[in-house]
Amino acid sequence: MRDVAVIGVGCTQFGERWDTSFRELFVEAGTLAIEDAGIGGESIDALYVGNMSAGRFVEQEHIGALIADYAGLTRAGHVPATRVEAACASGGLAFRQAVLAVASGMEDIVVAAGVEKMTDAGDSTDVLAAAADREWEGFAGATFPGLYAMIATDYMHRYPLTREQLAMVAVKNHFHGSMNPLAQFQNEIRIDTVLRSTLVADPLRLFDCSPVSDGSAAVVVAPLERAREFCDTPVTVIGTAQASDTIALHDRRDISTLDASVAAGNRVFERARIERRDIDLVEVHDCFTIAEICAVEDLGFLKKGEAGRFYEEGQAYIGGELPVNTSGGLKACGHPVGATGIKQVYEVVTQLRGEAGRRQVDGAEIGMTQNVGGSGATVVCHLFRRT
Amino acid sequence: MTVARFWRKIPQRYNLIGTKCETCQTVFFPPRTLCPDCRRDGKIVDHHCGGKGTVVTFTVVRTASDQFSNLTPYVLAIIELDEGCRLTSQVICEPQEIFIGMKVKSVFRVITEDGPSGIIHYGTKFVPV
Ligand SMILES: [Zn+2]
Repeated sequence: MRDVAVIGVGCTQFGERWDTSFRELFVEAGTLAIEDAGIGGESIDALYVGNMSAGRFVEQEHIGALIADYAGLTRAGHVPATRVEAACASGGLAFRQAVLAVASGMEDIVVAAGVEKMTDAGDSTDVLAAAADREWEGFAGATFPGLYAMIATDYMHRYPLTREQLAMVAVKNHFHGSMNPLAQFQNEIRIDTVLRSTLVADPLRLFDCSPVSDGSAAVVVAPLERAREFCDTPVTVIGTAQASDTIALHDRRDISTLDASVAAGNRVFERARIERRDIDLVEVHDCFTIAEICAVEDLGFLKKGEAGRFYEEGQAYIGGELPVNTSGGLKACGHPVGATGIKQVYEVVTQLRGEAGRRQVDGAEIGMTQNVGGSGATVVCHLFRRT
Repeated sequence: MTVARFWRKIPQRYNLIGTKCETCQTVFFPPRTLCPDCRRDGKIVDHHCGGKGTVVTFTVVRTASDQFSNLTPYVLAIIELDEGCRLTSQVICEPQEIFIGMKVKSVFRVITEDGPSGIIHYGTKFVPV
């Protein structure tokens, strides 16, 4: 297997992009990534695009071809383009497919992208519920916030976590988002903002939930040995891992531990041969505040039940023991579902290059991403090192 | 949900007919046609669950999809049946009444309607014992 590096990244403004269509979002991100890598379209060997539900959100399937077409990759090279879907983990999986394609030696220059256009849909709650088990969760009236709310109820029953500490996840992510010009929300909030917001599914309130967003992100990967041809600051992918669990939350071994997160985390650290304490920053999947609490514990940074104190002490802020979601996370940066996993890679690479501006983590050398599909049925993790 | 898709699972939805692996004695509801532990060595037969169980975790859904929005707020829970399997269902009680460990039993109720002239989906909900 060959070592793989990220040689270019691009990300659109996240938010309610009323004036921009699905395909325009992708072209915007793809162009930025290719310009950043300093390559031409003719060098691209393959394209993987993460997208959860264009079929429901914009009534469009066959996304691979659509995107290759509008990115101008069909005329000369007839570049193979593949859509990858694993609900909210679609982007992370698309990135993993690109890494595997290059590592195997089958392809050299590969684009991994993610895109979602959510604001054109009417009932986005119902579309997102398709990430869970439609037959045995959705049919009973389970919403996506409802499932994570049941994780929160179980967690708070078993471990010390106050409602205020849970709110601190959103407060911290809005603070980080305030320093990210691409974030959907760049305003700071207070604990009260969360506690006074509308209840969505007890105990989760509106400010515990990531928003409905439009956006796209793209990255370019290449064999490490060729990376410096394109880029002065390549970032090496030192680990990739993915794990599956039951589609329905009720079938899990433990309601408030994402076993797939534990498995993917263990695998990726073993493969990269590094320790948790080597990590300078991590982008985790905070679709809801409770998801970030579970993530930092399930990935092995903390023991189960320790996150409440950790967040109260501010250790997840930039400058803390483990900066979590420097982009603002899904909560503040936004969550265009299929794009999120690629945006996480964008953020970590930007940090490791030292180009994150006001939100830069000083001396960041090793970073991690964790992207979750559904209520934890798919988890994909990656580790990155400054080259 | 189309008529065929709903009709196919009527025994399961109306009467909690799950399945059981006779090799390892595990009961599955929602039903499985392959035992995840025994896989091809498992022998799967139908199994009627008694409908008694305990609340494992819960929430009160206040914002629902369009199909369920007329029911909000409603109590949603994961229930462990006495047979050992778990399922997601609504519990018919006041939001402040629900708690972890509450004993419940199944009842036959309307779940949703496909609009004013569409089919009515019946199924199982739970009530406190
Ligand atoms: Zn069995």
